[in-house]
Amino acid sequence: MDPQFLLIQATSGFTMAMILFLVASGLTLLFGVVNVFNFAHGSFYMIGAYLAYTCVSVLGFNFWASLVLAGLGAGVFGMLMESIFLRRIYGRAEEAGFQILLTYSFILIIDDLVKLVWGTEYKSISRPPGFSGAVELFGVLVPTYNLAIIALGLIVAVAAWLLLSRTRAGRIARATAIDREMLSTLGVNVPLTLTVVFGVATALGGLAGALAAPLRSVTPGAGIEVIIDSLIVVVLGGMGNFWGAFLGAIILGEVNAFAVAFVADWASLFSFIVMIVVLIFKPQGLFSPAKVRKA
Amino acid sequence: MDFKREFKTLVPALVGFLFFAVLPAVRTSDYQLTIASNTIIWALFAMSFNMLFGMTGMLSFGQALYFGLGGYFVGLLVCHLGAGWFVPAVFLGVLGAGALSLIVGPMVLRLTGVYFTILTLAFAQLGWGIVVKWYDFTNGDDGIQGIIPPGVLGNKVTYYYFCFFLVSLSLWLLWRISLSPFGLILRCVRQNPDRVRFLGRRVKRNQLRIYVLSSMFTALAGALMAGVDNSVSTEMWHWTTSGEVILMCILGGIGQFYGPFAGAVLMILIEDMVGARTEMWSMVIGIIMLVMVLAFPKGVVGEFANLAARLTKKSGGMEVGLGTNTRS
Repeated sequence: MDPQFLLIQATSGFTMAMILFLVASGLTLLFGVVNVFNFAHGSFYMIGAYLAYTCVSVLGFNFWASLVLAGLGAGVFGMLMESIFLRRIYGRAEEAGFQILLTYSFILIIDDLVKLVWGTEYKSISRPPGFSGAVELFGVLVPTYNLAIIALGLIVAVAAWLLLSRTRAGRIARATAIDREMLSTLGVNVPLTLTVVFGVATALGGLAGALAAPLRSVTPGAGIEVIIDSLIVVVLGGMGNFWGAFLGAIILGEVNAFAVAFVADWASLFSFIVMIVVLIFKPQGLFSPAKVRKA
Repeated sequence: MDFKREFKTLVPALVGFLFFAVLPAVRTSDYQLTIASNTIIWALFAMSFNMLFGMTGMLSFGQALYFGLGGYFVGLLVCHLGAGWFVPAVFLGVLGAGALSLIVGPMVLRLTGVYFTILTLAFAQLGWGIVVKWYDFTNGDDGIQGIIPPGVLGNKVTYYYFCFFLVSLSLWLLWRISLSPFGLILRCVRQNPDRVRFLGRRVKRNQLRIYVLSSMFTALAGALMAGVDNSVSTEMWHWTTSGEVILMCILGGIGQFYGPFAGAVLMILIEDMVGARTEMWSMVIGIIMLVMVLAFPKGVVGEFANLAARLTKKSGGMEVGLGTNTRS
């Protein structure tokens, strides 16, 4: 096997892994902290992609500013969804089922809203200036934009982890996962904390969508494709486990990249097979689920 | 169970049965007949799904797997072996779904809660992916057209009665199951699995039994659907199909035996009315679902039963679902 070919596939797999990780880290954060299973997380990815399209292609903003705006927009949307709707079913008997159904209804609504606002035709964004070429790395050409995604993904991963584990805000967020009642006795505004966590998680999803927009075309069905992949990532890594999601994303990204290279027709089935195999042998995922969460 | 109580639960069943029995005679167009066939078949799908979801508390997001399997058994056998295989194919599809669910069931049942839901979704999407990609065998996205039931079944009215007979029989069986000791254990499994173990009953084994039974009835619904549409498509396997049947249950009420039936009727009527007027079909579904989950979690039938109970100051109908969680 040609090592250069393997290297090309590995880099493209790693790029996809970073996008997946950004989506999945939000999903796993919600599961670990708010204890919400957000089926509609892929829809925020889609919203991010469309907002980036509007900012870059319609309003003519700078690409990197548009990324931030798209993330913020998705985050605000997520906070609205949490504070208006999701909050009402916290603590209801058999809550998990209702969460899945409520967020599923959001997938349906957001899908049509997006079609209403942006139409059904494919949209595309050109790569930001300075990142349209490729550089030679170990004898193969790697698109600079892919490298930018990988760098950005790593930076966001480390930043989010530091925020969660080393700051006061992160401590409060982790504490909500353990004992909300005690936390509110200590003077923390728990509902506000949950809303903010929701905003951060959906902003990560939106950012991922905006980052991926120049690579894939932006379509109304994008949310559904990405939610299933990121669910697999979260499950692989153990729900609520931050670095588990990181490794899960890398596994899935690479499996997909090599499946496309060797068995292109059946590539889309591989992510499911990986997940099924892992869940059968290690039902809780490859890594332990959220350490912060108590049963 | 006194006579009055029994009467109360039987009346809606009888009214529904008579309505759908005489419908072909009083219909004004063939279109209404197609809608009616759709309704009873989806009602069977929804009610067999509710045996899992409402009664046993297992939210599977992958029942499309068995719906599609039933449909494609009919489609493929009729397409490759001839129309004479239609009726045997319906029953082979049911057996096939039983066999598949016996393989998939033990795997998905290793997990509970959200993990169970995701794993069922993954298996169903795997099935969908295989059907879409295996073009030589399944025709992929083109689906299979021209599935005409043989002989007298080719007539729309006879085919309707064929479905009506099988659906009624199945619903009666499901009703018997829900009232049996087995049904009682299933309800206990939802409310308190630990206590079921404590009583010396096996949780997983009972869950597997209902998973297999539910999947077989689901396959029957899928197989009958192939004859109504005269075609099958990969849409039957898609996860949106699993979503739609969940919505029917929520809309009608998962805590009531007849809830999903009412849900299927309402849903198909809404689909028919809204679909003709707007493209925004999935938004309408989404909004209905949102309102039901937030404001009326017991569904149309459940909320009506509550209202009636409040008016007469008596307990409502047959509770089998979410409203009676004793764990908290």
